[in-house]
Amino acid sequence: MSVNKPLPHDAARLHVTGAARYTDDLPTPANTLHLAFGLSEIACGVIRSINLDAVRTAPGVVSVLTADDLPGENDVSAAAHDEPLLSDGSIHYAGQPIFLVIAGSHMAARKAARLAVIEYDELPALLSIDDAIEADSCFEEPLQFLKGDPDSAIASAPHRIGGTLEMGGQEHFYLEGQVALALPQEDGDMLVHASTQHPSEIQHKVAEALAMPFNAVRVETRRMGGGFGGKESQGNALAVACAVAARLTGRPCKMRYDRDDDMIITGKRHDFRIKYRVGFDDEGRILGVDFTQYARCGWAQDLSLPVADRAMLHADNAYHLPNARIISHRLRTNTVSNTAYRGFGGPQGVLGIERVVDHIAHALGLDPLVVRQRNFYTSFNKLNDGQRPQTTPYHQKIEDSIIDELVAALVEKSDYHARRKAIADWNAQNPVLKKGIALTPVKFGISFTLTFLNQAGALVHVYSDGSIHLNHGGTEMGQGLFTKVAQVAAQSFGLPLEAVKITATDTGKVPNTSATAASSGSDLNGMAVKAACDTLRSRISDFLRDHFDAPESDVTFADGKVRVGNHELPFAEVAQLAYQNRISLSSTGFYATPDIQWDRVKGRGRPFYYFAYGAAVTEVVIDTLTGENRILRTDIIHDVGRSLNPALDIGQIEGGYVQGAGWLTTEELVWDDKGRLTTHAPSTYKIPACSDRPRIFNVALWEGGENRAETIYRSKAVGEPPFMLGISAFMALSDALAACSNGAYPALDAPATAERILTTLSRLQSGGAG
Amino acid sequence: MEIAFLLNGETIRLRIQSATTSLLEWLRESQNLTGTKEGCNEGDCGACTVMVTSLADDGSVRRQAMNACILFLPQLHGKAVRTVEGVALPDGNLHPVQQAMVEHHGSQCGFCTPGIVMSLTTAHAQGRDDFDNVLAGNLCRCTGYAPIIRAAEAAHDAPVPEWAQEDIDKLRMLKGGDGGDAYRPRDLDQFAGWYADNPDATLIAGATDVGLWVTKRLQDLPKVCFLGGIAELQRVETRDDHLWIGAGVNLNDLREFIAPFHPDFAELIRRYGSMQVRNAATIGGNIANGSPIGDGPPALIALGATLHLRRGNDRRAIPLEDFFVTYGKQDRQAGEFVEGVSIPRQADNLRCYKISKRFDQDISALCGCFNIAVEDGRVTSARIAFGGMAATPRRALNVEAALVGKAWDEATIRAAQPAFADDYAPISDMRASGEYRLMTAQNLLLRAYHESHPDHGPTRVLEVQP
Repeated sequence: MSVNKPLPHDAARLHVTGAARYTDDLPTPANTLHLAFGLSEIACGVIRSINLDAVRTAPGVVSVLTADDLPGENDVSAAAHDEPLLSDGSIHYAGQPIFLVIAGSHMAARKAARLAVIEYDELPALLSIDDAIEADSCFEEPLQFLKGDPDSAIASAPHRIGGTLEMGGQEHFYLEGQVALALPQEDGDMLVHASTQHPSEIQHKVAEALAMPFNAVRVETRRMGGGFGGKESQGNALAVACAVAARLTGRPCKMRYDRDDDMIITGKRHDFRIKYRVGFDDEGRILGVDFTQYARCGWAQDLSLPVADRAMLHADNAYHLPNARIISHRLRTNTVSNTAYRGFGGPQGVLGIERVVDHIAHALGLDPLVVRQRNFYTSFNKLNDGQRPQTTPYHQKIEDSIIDELVAALVEKSDYHARRKAIADWNAQNPVLKKGIALTPVKFGISFTLTFLNQAGALVHVYSDGSIHLNHGGTEMGQGLFTKVAQVAAQSFGLPLEAVKITATDTGKVPNTSATAASSGSDLNGMAVKAACDTLRSRISDFLRDHFDAPESDVTFADGKVRVGNHELPFAEVAQLAYQNRISLSSTGFYATPDIQWDRVKGRGRPFYYFAYGAAVTEVVIDTLTGENRILRTDIIHDVGRSLNPALDIGQIEGGYVQGAGWLTTEELVWDDKGRLTTHAPSTYKIPACSDRPRIFNVALWEGGENRAETIYRSKAVGEPPFMLGISAFMALSDALAACSNGAYPALDAPATAERILTTLSRLQSGGAG
Repeated sequence: MEIAFLLNGETIRLRIQSATTSLLEWLRESQNLTGTKEGCNEGDCGACTVMVTSLADDGSVRRQAMNACILFLPQLHGKAVRTVEGVALPDGNLHPVQQAMVEHHGSQCGFCTPGIVMSLTTAHAQGRDDFDNVLAGNLCRCTGYAPIIRAAEAAHDAPVPEWAQEDIDKLRMLKGGDGGDAYRPRDLDQFAGWYADNPDATLIAGATDVGLWVTKRLQDLPKVCFLGGIAELQRVETRDDHLWIGAGVNLNDLREFIAPFHPDFAELIRRYGSMQVRNAATIGGNIANGSPIGDGPPALIALGATLHLRRGNDRRAIPLEDFFVTYGKQDRQAGEFVEGVSIPRQADNLRCYKISKRFDQDISALCGCFNIAVEDGRVTSARIAFGGMAATPRRALNVEAALVGKAWDEATIRAAQPAFADDYAPISDMRASGEYRLMTAQNLLLRAYHESHPDHGPTRVLEVQP
């Protein structure tokens, strides 16, 4: 068996020796040129005059381009054609690329890019959510999901509360910054190496920019040094810039953003405001809820509409909402165009309902865990005796919930109840420091909500020596996709993993791919690879039956050997034999997720093939004098179905949790009153460091898990769902604040920096309303 | 300028065109050693970490993890560098740290991994196991660090590869006969004379600040002088009535030196930058650059430190707090440099509180240092200094006045707290608002009070165990 094993990442040895090549590490021809953008210093306005003389005459500069110099389309947007590579004269955010420097070195390009003299006619900028609401600035009409009659349910409920939650965005901080390299080929063709989650989109944007058909452009991606959604569309600009510059100069062109430029130019997680009204009974059961979500999308659409959709689609998280309204506003502002980020709006939606449940518990004086459990979707185990499945606010039936059992197991394993009591005792004895604890669940919908994207292709060759060449449409960003998919291929042929050569994603091998996103990588590409392998196995099997005159025999592939009837041959021998008998040993494979359909405007259908579940308990401590806070212990059980690779899955869970906790604690994006990002480097933007991980960190896979949907070896997607386990840290901070609040609800906003903890505490102690 | 150093065991002799070429740029662009990564180019992410081995004049060996992005080539003269490509064993087997990283799934995207490997390889050679400190300067966005720690623990007891000793042997051969030159002096008096005549030169000690002038501000530095070869500046001494700290003492050495005298100062330094930054950064640089948010000055001012300045053969000593005139302006004449700082010997009453968004490797939003002596329940003396509260590191004279002579009780504390508003009017920036800074400064006085009463319970979240 190759699947289900905790095998190391296929490139682990290359990683630890420094031999793994990233885009910036590829050897380049000696005449390669280097690029840098000149950026806008204002957030909104028009360019009155631009003087690039000093840029052009700076040492090492070969050429400087503005929008007028571009040979094809001036657009690097994901879909809406609203994102010019270089400003068309109007300025929409501070940091918008205005001109492109082409120079002999990276440093020469960067230095020259600062020498422009640009005069602007500044216009009032819409920076904040409030600015956009007031100006009614949005990308589309508000969307609404409606289930039942929330207004009546809330009005007639025994208890009613409401509130507002603000949550900040998040910088991806992939360790490898954005980078691309374009190598001009004969006849105007272009080969692009890019650090991207979406080679096909790069291919399309480059082709459009060069006014060439798609077949003139080939994009290759072996690996990224982290993606997290930040390389789904944000690499387009660099690849297009390189291709255009390479076309105009006839020389290879490379571009990588300096870290500060990267953080200033590229989009981030959407910050949100969520308003809520909720009605509930004495037990804390939600009777009706009304959410209004405001997403700050920035200046261009990018992926904001589906991001905002997914926030709506996760406004229920793991809770049955009998009556619900979810309204979503997609706000256009003069800030960086926010983009995909692990969870894709889901975390914001989930945080909304977790706040509501926490607030309900506080209002009733109940343990929030109890309120959570009372509102969970009914377990699929209990759906047998004629009970109908509950539905989500978008009317999808929940038929695979395991959240009840999973949380019960976690409560037991983490010793939740005893620790909650111990914490109360500890708090009673300690005046300065206070502890808090919280358990939060996650239920995350798996599938692209733009249904047609749920497809994937693969290409598998068996060479005549029995070695396998594997290719598929997914990209490797560290998540271990290539390892998992290679495990699938090795499994198909009964070969060890070493027999499978994993090769770079290449638009010339597998066309028309979807982004590696939505946690779908192994679900889609694993199935496509399996389909290709099944085709090859079937061809080989037919041939062997024929060859050995054993028409009724089973053919098995195991332990490096193929058995047919009484014959047993090494796989390599079979490959040679098939080749000599003129059997095709190459196949494509294709997969399209079945049974999903979805109308996003009506808010009805089955957008998700299945759901992934998990839960986390986090214990924290806060300092009531400074607001400093820290995670002490975390226990997690997470559902990955039947794991393709338990080691990689646990890695995703541990890493996702810490990244999610970072979003809600230390990671704070700050803009000044001119709309300029002031936290544009790791010196000012603080992702979790080593010592920020929980002191005690127990992570387990949900035992006996098996996807009820027919996925690749009954596994489940794992990329995004664990990110939301970090919400337990935020709710534990809220719990610690509640311990010193004299009864008022903390109503903590995110991120819960030391400052926000202290100002919240100060508000609570001065009697301010929550 | 000619330099000689070892790179992965091979001797490199270079004639340098630009004194501010970083090791990272040179490795990647000139040597095709692309294993060392650029993550931030400012010493904050650690993806470019390399191991630097050097020999002191007394023959002692020093191994340090350093950030190659802000390490200029001349700083390597006479030292041995190992990159991620140069730590595996000669037979092709992986270094124990590398092997453990594979076995414990310590890499995901792999981009931070070379830096992690080099920090851990350095720690392994030193026999250290305080991995949170060792890795504070290595950001990983994928793993959540847990598997990296498991790998570090697994590798800890494995033998150190032979190349570590071979580097030292080769260094002994490489050294000797180097009298330095104007740009890389070895003699303090000679440097003092030269700098008095060349006050326009940029002095570079650890380059943790000047490095950013090059990589971020994109400045050209036509005339530089590297101070790392002046052994006399790197001395620490315990004298009868004071502690002497040479300007060239790096922060890790200072931490070690000061710990027995003022443990809270040492703990503050533990949270200064990261291992890599502290290996490079010097206390002289931390003072001389005049930053309002450097962590050294508040503690030193609270201890009543004296700053020793020198121009040619003229020396003067001033109270450290008088050095900081206003933002960007210090009491330093052209051609004058910081020679050292001295701290009067005293009983330890020092409490240091660094407040930042993240505990490790963050710049302080505010840093408060309290040196309050209490006898028979009365405050007999108080020196309180803060960073991050004003345009310079500054004493809280009004607060001090509100304490001295009073009973050391909560009523006195409450009465003194408003005086912080007389001492400071802190600004708001990306690290914290002015309101938060002021409120927290006031509360830190209360923390100092609680800490003098063990029965008040723990006051620091870092000391709480699950």
